[in-house]
Amino acid sequence: MLEITDLKVQAAGNEILHGLNLSVKAGEVHAIMGPNGSGKSTLARALSGHPEYQVTAGAVRYLGEDLLAMAPEDRARAGVFMAFQYPVEIAGVNNSYFLKAALNALRKHRGEPELDAMEFMTLVREKAKLLELDASMLNRPVNEGFSGGEKKRNEIFHMAVLEPKLAILDETDSGLDIDALKIVAHGVNALRSPDRAIIVVTHYQRLLNYIVPDFVHVLSDGRIVKSGGKELALELEDKGYGWLEGEPTGAKA
Amino acid sequence: MTQLVEKVIGTEPYLADVNRVRPDGPVWLRKTRARALARFSDLGFPTTREEDWRFTSVAPIVQRPFRLAPADPAGVAAADLAPALFGDEGVVRLVFVNGRYAAALSDVSGLPPGVEVGDLGAALASRPEAVEQHLTRLAGCAQAFTALNTAFLEGGALVVVPAGVVVEQAIHLLFVSAPGNGPTVSHPRVLVVAGENSQVRVVESYAGVGDGEYFTNAVTEVVAGPNAVVDHYKVQREQAGGFHVGSLHVALARSANVTSCAIALGAALSRNDIVAVLGGEGAECTLNGLYLVDGTRLVDTHTTIDHTQPHCDSHEVYKGILSGRGQGVFNGKIIVRPDAQKTDAKQTNRALLLSDEAQINTKPQLEIFADDVKCTHGAAVGQLDDDAIFYLRSRGLDLAQARTLLIQAFAGDILGRIRIEPLRERLEAEMLKQLPGNGTV
Repeated sequence: MLEITDLKVQAAGNEILHGLNLSVKAGEVHAIMGPNGSGKSTLARALSGHPEYQVTAGAVRYLGEDLLAMAPEDRARAGVFMAFQYPVEIAGVNNSYFLKAALNALRKHRGEPELDAMEFMTLVREKAKLLELDASMLNRPVNEGFSGGEKKRNEIFHMAVLEPKLAILDETDSGLDIDALKIVAHGVNALRSPDRAIIVVTHYQRLLNYIVPDFVHVLSDGRIVKSGGKELALELEDKGYGWLEGEPTGAKA
Repeated sequence: MTQLVEKVIGTEPYLADVNRVRPDGPVWLRKTRARALARFSDLGFPTTREEDWRFTSVAPIVQRPFRLAPADPAGVAAADLAPALFGDEGVVRLVFVNGRYAAALSDVSGLPPGVEVGDLGAALASRPEAVEQHLTRLAGCAQAFTALNTAFLEGGALVVVPAGVVVEQAIHLLFVSAPGNGPTVSHPRVLVVAGENSQVRVVESYAGVGDGEYFTNAVTEVVAGPNAVVDHYKVQREQAGGFHVGSLHVALARSANVTSCAIALGAALSRNDIVAVLGGEGAECTLNGLYLVDGTRLVDTHTTIDHTQPHCDSHEVYKGILSGRGQGVFNGKIIVRPDAQKTDAKQTNRALLLSDEAQINTKPQLEIFADDVKCTHGAAVGQLDDDAIFYLRSRGLDLAQARTLLIQAFAGDILGRIRIEPLRERLEAEMLKQLPGNGTV
């Protein structure tokens, strides 16, 4: 589904990813772990097409297409979703109005009929229940006045409604208490399916107790230095990241 | 010296045309008109040397020989009005063509007994004494354009709501300019008198027919009695060849509550002056506004909120969306007189610049002479937030949709406060149509 080859990315003139390789197949859940500054979020943002992250070398193939040549909205329409580490507050834009516009943009792209207000509300109520989202959050401006936990839950709620093929969760667990973490994980797990892949970017192992990954990769200084199964996450929890530094390997998944 | 010559040239056609005003009417009105004419002739048109007109040159108005528009132009049909209309039910509609009441295009049925909504000219003929105590009292003659309007005063719209009456219907006063041969001018006039404890909603809208050049010089006076509630809207949707100068003068008695919302979507050049005097304890005044400029258009808003009595509140939010080489001017003055203790005044002015060449000049002006007051003001000029645009795009909206959504949200803050639903929906659609890129979500 996703094939990243020798990816180099810079932000504000500094190279952050120094040649990253990763292969993700449909149905798999990959966790990307690593210390702060290792390049985890840079990878997530580069994949979603953030304009402040420039790809200077390498290639990313997504379902056989050149992902890097696509505008952010085209990536979304092709089924890529990123849950933001810092969801943006958008004053005056109603959360469900925005989500309906987004969903219908995706449906239109797929040649499906747009949902009317009634159909959309039925869908949204069902997904809101999954994320234990308060109904009032649907009619508030996007993320405005949301608590940190509400913002993260809202991201996963968007994901549940948009049903991407490839979901990238950028530190969705950071700042969440254990109850919110379980709700978020439950929402993500509900979306696991053989034709969908999920990349979980996280600093902490705890989320992976609830979203159990098929593969764990450790990112250090812009490269994947170790890859393994879910037990690697536990090992990292035990030993920290220190023991891995300066141990570059190719990532095979 | 050139200044003087320019003034003479500018005022000449107006001084010549004033003979076309019906010479009849009550003596006081004739005297008022004569005084106003002398005043206008004296002042001439303002220049950018005057502080109040620093950023807005009225040269484009002065240079065009605007002649008084024909009183009874041919060719304004009901169909021409459609774009300016909103709602069908519960709206009382008065149409004025070139400032004159057009009974055939109007519908004033269904008003509560005692409420007078109609032609100011007719009222001046039938019972001038009732009008005399209010007409021209608030507007005065200090400003050249206001004096000019009064010099030509013979008709317009009159709304009188007796004490204690609540008018459910929105009253729509639609002023249509239908230019004749060559540039024409009309001088619309509105007087709204809301009696004690009454309630009324008035929408003034200004529109034009055809591609010709015309000048609308409007003056509105609103007298809100004790505890009266007045919800006022001014919708300026003049044609591209239209020039619009208008002023709104509001007097609020004790505990009166007046909201006025100004939406400016059209005209090559438009200037709107609002003066609200909070003249009784506990009065509350809200001024909101939204303007859209593109191309080389200019919208200038000057507001003055005058707190003269204690315990009065004023709230003001003005927003502008500027693109192309459009220009905006906002000057918001708040005066708090020595007696106006416990004043709570809040003013916000925000401008969204969608192009590098668009320009906004904004100035808050606080003159506070009382010590126990709360006055805040804030001005912000900015562009669309890149992070927000990326966030929206990353969910599947394209760039145009994302921009439109954010602009809509910016404007929605003002449009959302419009309490007449069909008017709000109409303006939301109208604004969307005018946005650069014309994107839709």
